[in-house]
Amino acid sequence: MLDKPTGDDLLLAVLHFLRNEAMPLLDGAAAFKVRVAANALELVHREIKGAGDVEAAEAERLTALLNQNGTIDELNRVLCEAIRSGRMDLSTPGLPEHLWQTTLDKIAIEQPTYATYRSLMVQEKDEVQP
Amino acid sequence: MNTLQPNLEQSLLNALKSCFGKLDAIENLRPLSGGAVQETWAFEAVAQEQRWPLILRRARGTLRADRAYGISLEGEAALIRAASGESVPVPHVHYVLKPSDQLGDGFIMDLIEGETIPRRILRDASYAVLRQRLAAECGSILAAIHRVRVDGVSGLEARQPRETIERIYQDYLELDAPGPVFELTFRWLFDHMPEDIGELSLIHGDFRNGNLLVGPDHLRSVLDWEGAHYGDPHEDLGYLCMTSWRFGAIDKPVGGFGSREDLYAAYEQAGGVKVDPARAHFWEVAYTLNWGIQCAQMADQFLRGADPSVERGMIGRRRSETELDLLRLLNPGGFNAG
Repeated sequence: MLDKPTGDDLLLAVLHFLRNEAMPLLDGAAAFKVRVAANALELVHREIKGAGDVEAAEAERLTALLNQNGTIDELNRVLCEAIRSGRMDLSTPGLPEHLWQTTLDKIAIEQPTYATYRSLMVQEKDEVQP
Repeated sequence: MNTLQPNLEQSLLNALKSCFGKLDAIENLRPLSGGAVQETWAFEAVAQEQRWPLILRRARGTLRADRAYGISLEGEAALIRAASGESVPVPHVHYVLKPSDQLGDGFIMDLIEGETIPRRILRDASYAVLRQRLAAECGSILAAIHRVRVDGVSGLEARQPRETIERIYQDYLELDAPGPVFELTFRWLFDHMPEDIGELSLIHGDFRNGNLLVGPDHLRSVLDWEGAHYGDPHEDLGYLCMTSWRFGAIDKPVGGFGSREDLYAAYEQAGGVKVDPARAHFWEVAYTLNWGIQCAQMADQFLRGADPSVERGMIGRRRSETELDLLRLLNPGGFNAG
């Protein structure tokens, strides 16, 4: 068994160091690159936390949608081929829901500050609240 | 400062003698951040009492050569000169580099002062007045660009809508990074293909917030002509309205600063073709997809080691932004993630 702090704990410490100690000392291109590096670490942190569950759920939906087994990469290629050949489209039961869920799960890890995503989340919250 | 190429100042001095006469020095030479494909330098040419602030734009080599198509920098200079003839705001091009200059491929033009950073243009108080009329200025400038006629620019392609979509599809297939949202979008594009047009127009190809240099008064210069081609004028109108180029201000479709109505009205008023909103929408979808494929290409460059920078890898992970925008464009009622 590995000791603590975990990889994710250390990653967050590096992120904190970059943002709060390194970045204030830099300007211009160097500051920009450190900001990009910090953003990358934040993405990695979200991926460590969430990718397993999200990909497992995606694979499960794909298995049901396509009625076959395979790796997530294989199943996605099968789905792409089905769309390309016209056998599946937005009128296929379950497909729009699958694509929305997959895309939202993906962007929540990759680009959660993207304005389109944020506006959809606000919209959803408004609808849920009484 | 200039450790990358110690002879750059001397080479510039020699090259510019033919258009400025006797120069004493090149001063204040500095690299500018800019496009990923080109190298851009700012400097001043100095002669006795005079001082000209200038820009050198030149190919960095490998990345540009890596591209299968596109116009050369020499061609870009010719385009900028032709656009100037139609009163499009662009810098004066002083000099096109020759092989004997040993400066690579490129040209030298006036430096125009102004702002290009989208978030500043959208948020700084000093541009509040400009923001009110920027969509209309874009409309009339696009109408002028679409009137430009230029001959003899190598690599300047003429493409009917179907040819442009097929080009994007080829790029996608070659990349071998398929995704269901991209597949659906290609089906939609082939099903909604606009008809061929009789006379194609000069299309800027990258006319968006980020490539517009502004002052508090006006749009002062249209930058980055490397995506120019002859095509459907609606391409530029749809491209300018992509969500990716609204930089957070998604309720203002034109670059995050204006309305489609203002853009279209000014475009028609300035002599552009009658705008067909469905056709502009088609190109907004097409170029959102194209940007997603470009993100995937950048991921590929990162993975192959062609550009191992963190920035390049991170742009690769922005494909998902375009997938979300494409789903909204193709299936707007389908959002129900509860």
